[in-house]
Formats: sequence, structure tokens, C-alpha cells
Amino acid sequence: MAGPRVALFVTCLVDLLRPSVGFASVKLLAEAGCDVDVPEAQTCCGQPNWNAGDRAGAAEMARRVIETFEPYDHVVLPSGSCAATIVKDYPAMFAPEDPWRARAEALAERTHEITSFLADVMGVAPARRALRASVTYHDSCSGLRSLGIAEQPRRLLAAIGGLELREMQDADVCCGFGGTFCVKYPEVSGAMAADKTECIAATGADLVLAGDLGCLMNMAGKARREGRAFKARHVVEVLAGTTHVPPIGDSK
Amino acid sequence: MSAGATSAEFRANSRAALADANLQAALRGSRGGFVQKRAKARAALPEFDALRDEATALKNHTLAHLDHYLEAFEAQVVASGGQVHWAETAADARAAVLEICDRVGARTVTKGKSMISEECGINEALTAANITPVETDLGEYIIQLRGETPSHIIAPAVHVTVPEIETAFRAAHAGLDPARDLSRPEAMLKEARAVLREAYFAADVGITGANMLVAETGQTVIVTNEGNGDLTQSLPRVHIVIASIEKVVPTLEDAATLLRVLARSATGQEMSVYTTFSRGPRRAEDLDGPDEFHVILLDNGRSALLGTEFEDMLRCIRCGACMNHCPVYQAVGGHAYGWVYPGPIGAVLTPALTGVEQGGALANASTFCGRCEAVCPVRIPLPRMMRSWREKEFEKRLTPRGMRRGLGLWLWLSRRPKAWRFATRTAARVLHRMGRGSGALKRLPFGADWTATRDFPAPEGRTFMEQWKAMKR
Repeated sequence: MAGPRVALFVTCLVDLLRPSVGFASVKLLAEAGCDVDVPEAQTCCGQPNWNAGDRAGAAEMARRVIETFEPYDHVVLPSGSCAATIVKDYPAMFAPEDPWRARAEALAERTHEITSFLADVMGVAPARRALRASVTYHDSCSGLRSLGIAEQPRRLLAAIGGLELREMQDADVCCGFGGTFCVKYPEVSGAMAADKTECIAATGADLVLAGDLGCLMNMAGKARREGRAFKARHVVEVLAGTTHVPPIGDSK
Repeated sequence: MSAGATSAEFRANSRAALADANLQAALRGSRGGFVQKRAKARAALPEFDALRDEATALKNHTLAHLDHYLEAFEAQVVASGGQVHWAETAADARAAVLEICDRVGARTVTKGKSMISEECGINEALTAANITPVETDLGEYIIQLRGETPSHIIAPAVHVTVPEIETAFRAAHAGLDPARDLSRPEAMLKEARAVLREAYFAADVGITGANMLVAETGQTVIVTNEGNGDLTQSLPRVHIVIASIEKVVPTLEDAATLLRVLARSATGQEMSVYTTFSRGPRRAEDLDGPDEFHVILLDNGRSALLGTEFEDMLRCIRCGACMNHCPVYQAVGGHAYGWVYPGPIGAVLTPALTGVEQGGALANASTFCGRCEAVCPVRIPLPRMMRSWREKEFEKRLTPRGMRRGLGLWLWLSRRPKAWRFATRTAARVLHRMGRGSGALKRLPFGADWTATRDFPAPEGRTFMEQWKAMKR
């Protein structure tokens, strides 16, 4: 029996900055039995415009995404924040009587962040992999509080042989990225990032993992500026066993 | 009173706050305490989240019938011998306070903690009229001595360190023995109690705020941990309650529901140490109490929020949980917000009450992490409302020009996948090369605000989409 037709929305940050997260996602989806496609017309989900108050611009971008992705059984993103935009914000962009509202709601129901898709929707046992490392997991805000993603990535990580999960203090506190916040109020953003790297370093873990590249760019960039010993990776890299790629913001 | 507000300068304010070593030490000292205490209180009460739903529903009901409950409250206050003064603006509230004080010849006024008093600038108005206001909440007393405003709605002096308090006490209590030991907080507390005791007896008028106004009984309710509110309102001849209109609840039962979530959300206490219900002036058979009982009901822009996307804000019961859990507030403290209400509630209320031109900067001072909404006892969608203020800014073209242009370009590109691919391919290559094999950039062109405090991880070099296309071919 053929698996569900799944469209990967790779997200603009992953596409531009860290394609290996996209490939790890494809690998995990294929292993879970999905028929994976990457629609070529995809660009951005519209979150920057939506959060900056550009309602009309965001709705226009949402309509494009809906058209591009509605032929598939599921839409999966390696980002809790972009997934939350589709799941929670798209329906709010259109008035109840607007025909786009129903289409937005239908797409929202079929859209998932990748770890919750693997753990909750596909429910498959992850491939047996091993990584001898200690890791700590940062709960990215949108994924955690908009979509309830907390236990799924940890459950998937628990299946990795040799991996030790060391919870940090304030794992659920924002790292200070916040989309355009990080350049609107860079000093505050930097201070929040410093608090986060402090909490990560206190665990003594080799790696910080998270499910959103924005947060990871922020944490990795701050850690590198501070000369911290730990490295940063997207959680799917560990789950897919693609850790031969250098960590985020690193060359080896 | 929005004169003197510096909310529009949040960025400069936040820089100064981050550079202030004393402030940072004070913030670090208090951080986490409120969060842990609330979490513990919540865990100890299985029905806590159900109570939040109940509290939300009762506030929504009250707001839908606000005129009815306010009039019912007024009728009860009058029936119990008190007076109600309707104040449309902060100036009206100041005038009402001054008129009463003038009529009774007040020289000294004691004050319980009240954010509405801050909003109306009551202390400044009293001082200008040669009446001495004395704050009796310990935190408020400390900041009054320091000539400051509260930096937190329930812990007004949370930004002050212990040595700073000692300095303020030595300067203010100049008549006391300079050799006295004030190194321990207990010693300072004792000294403040002794000084304030005199003020309670000297006061002609006592002003308190109200956590709730009960429509069915005409009672006003305050919660305190120091008992200062009780002395403020029962010893002077006149008690003035100053409260905003959304504080009304229909019944005592409803007040009890809010009390069950209020202290738990604020300090993690089951109840505050003192919960005081006041109704009318002293009756013949009462042992104590004021001769006059006045309630000033302040609107100051609140009724204009009814029926708008900001109506939910009027559910707020001022517990402060949102700021206790806000990482932005915790990084910079309350004064950076530049007006009366800091943190997430300030980010919504300041534009609502002082205008989006002044307060819009605060609506942008959020990562939308959502922690405020997650802990709010009356489930106010604070991030959603901050975003609504950003929409107002965008509509009014107040969004900075660079940001507007960037968003326009982003939208333009997003509709043209070919142009988008070209742009992303180019950016990925250029930035990758700029990393010079080190994996990161120390300086980012057009991104100095990013690289001022952190490196920028370099792209891997080729975009996902171009590699995917090549593989599929």
C-alpha cells in the first residue's frame, strides 16, 4: 500500500541557510513510508509580513501557499513556527464568509511540524540509529505553545542509541530570536540569547537541538561569539543520522 | 497621564537598562522566583485551569453588560452612604481627588498601592496642591523616596537593590541615629513601619485602589500582603477609592472566583495576606472607619476598547504574571517601557491609552513567545493584540520605512518563484563565501544589528531547492 502523499515545505531559512535539514527531513519522511514531494512553487509562508502587521501581504502569500500545497494529503515543515503560521494564523487571515477561509482551515488540518508528524500522525518506530553524544533540547516558542510540541521530539530522540538528553533550565523560555524582533531590538535579543547559551552550557551537553532554524541560528551565532564549547543542530539531523555535516555556524 | 511617557524610545531605554549594573543585579535576583511560585500554586490546585476559564467567562459577561453593573454598583455605594464620581479622563480623576481633599482641608494623604493613581498622576497633583502624599506599600514607599515610578505592577521596587534601599532610607530618615545598623532587610522594614505609623495617624485622607468592585453590594476589594491598605483606609476621616471601570464584578461569588486565581497567578500565594472588603462610611455601630467614602470610577479610554479587537484586554485583573514570565521584561525591567504599565500588558495598554504613535514601539517589543498568554489567569490573547497594534501601525504607515520596503520586496519575491530562487541562490553563495570556510560571519552586510551581539552562521552554499532540482533531473 502506498504511503500518504506528503509535501515538504522546506521553509525559506532551511532552503537558504541549511539545506541539510531539508534532506534530513526528506529522509525521515521517506523512512516513515511517505511519498515525499517538494513543490517547486514554494517560497515563504508569509509569517514575517503577518507578524509585522502587513495583513494584506500575508493573506496574499497565504493564498499562494494554499494553492500550492492543497493537492497533498499532508504538508510537513521542519519548523514549528512556520507550521504554526499555517495551522493557527492562515484561518485568521480570512473572514468567515471568504471562500479562502474554508481552504485555509482545510490546509491547516493537514499541516504538521515534522517531529509531531512523525510521532503523532505516522506513529512509526524510528529507524535504529546511534549517536554517542549528550544533547539538550530547546523548546522553540511557536512549536511549544501554539502546537503543543514538547514530548514528541524527546520521544524520538529517546530512540537514538547512546544519546543522553540533559534538560536545561528554562528550556521553554524564548532564545530571543523572535523573527524581526532580533533586529528591531538587537540589544534585548542579544541579552536573551546570552541567557539561553548560559542555560545550555550549564548542562555540559555537546549539542543543543531545536526544531526551528531561526532559534538555532540565534543560539549558534551567540555561542560562537562567546566561544562556547557546545554546538547546535536541528533535531532532524540527529534523528536522520546526518551529523556528518558540520554543525550550524561551524566548518568541521 | 501620558505626558512624559518615553515608550516610543523603547530601544534607547532598553539599551540603558541593559547597561545598568544595579538594575541587572536586581532583575537577576528576582527572576524565576515568581515563576516557580506560580507553577507550584497551580500544581497544588487541580481545578486551576478550570477556574481560569470560569474567571474568563465571568469577566466577558461583565464586560458585555458593563453599563448595567457599573450603575448597580453606584446605586449600592450610594445606598450605603458613599459617593461615586465618574471620571472620564485622568484629569477628571485628579480634579475629583483634589476637590475632596480641598473640601476637608487635607494636608497629608496616605496611599495604598494603586496603579490607577499612577496612571492619573495623583501624587504629582497632590504635591502641586501642597498636600503631602505618603505611599504606604513598602515597595511604593521605597520608590517614592527615590523619586521613581513603579517598575512592576505588583512589585513596584523590584528594580531596586537592598543597598540602594539603605541609601534611600538614610537620606530620607535624617532624624534617626546615623550609626544605626540597616544592613539587614528586617531592620529597614522595622524602620519603615515606624515612620509610616506616624503618617497613618497624621493623614486626613486615605486613597486606595481596588482589585474589584462588587456590583451587588457596592463593596470595593483590595488585596495586600502588608496590611497597609487597611490602615490607609480605616484611620483617616475620608477614604477615596480610585478604580477603573473594568474592575467591577457582578457578585461576591464572582469576586471569590477571581480571588482564587489572582494571588496564585501573582505571587503563588493561595490568598494574599489581607483581603479587605469596604462598604460605605462608618456606621453608628462601627468601631472605626472613615466619615466619608468616595469611589472615583476612571474610564480614561477603556470604554473605547469595548467592541474592538482590544476588548479582551479589559479582562485583566493586574496580577503581573505576564511580566513575571516575559523574557523581554525580565531582561530590561519595567521602566524601559516608558509609561505606567510595563511588560505584555503595557505593550497592549500603552498604545490603547496613549496612542499607537507613542505606544507602538512596545507592541513590537515582543518575540511573540506566547508565555504571557499561557499564564494569564483570564486568558488574554496578548500576542494577538500586540500584532493588532502592529497592523494599526502598518495601516498608518508608522512601520519604519526600511521595514516596510523589506516586507514589500519579500512579498514581491514570494509571488515570483523564479526571481525568488535566483535571489536565494545568489545570497546563499555570497554569504557562504563571506564565511571564508569558517562557517560563520562576524559581520553581516545590511545586518549589523544581528552581528553586533552574535555571529551569523554561514549558509552551506547551495540552496535546498537547487540541489533538489538537480537530484530529480
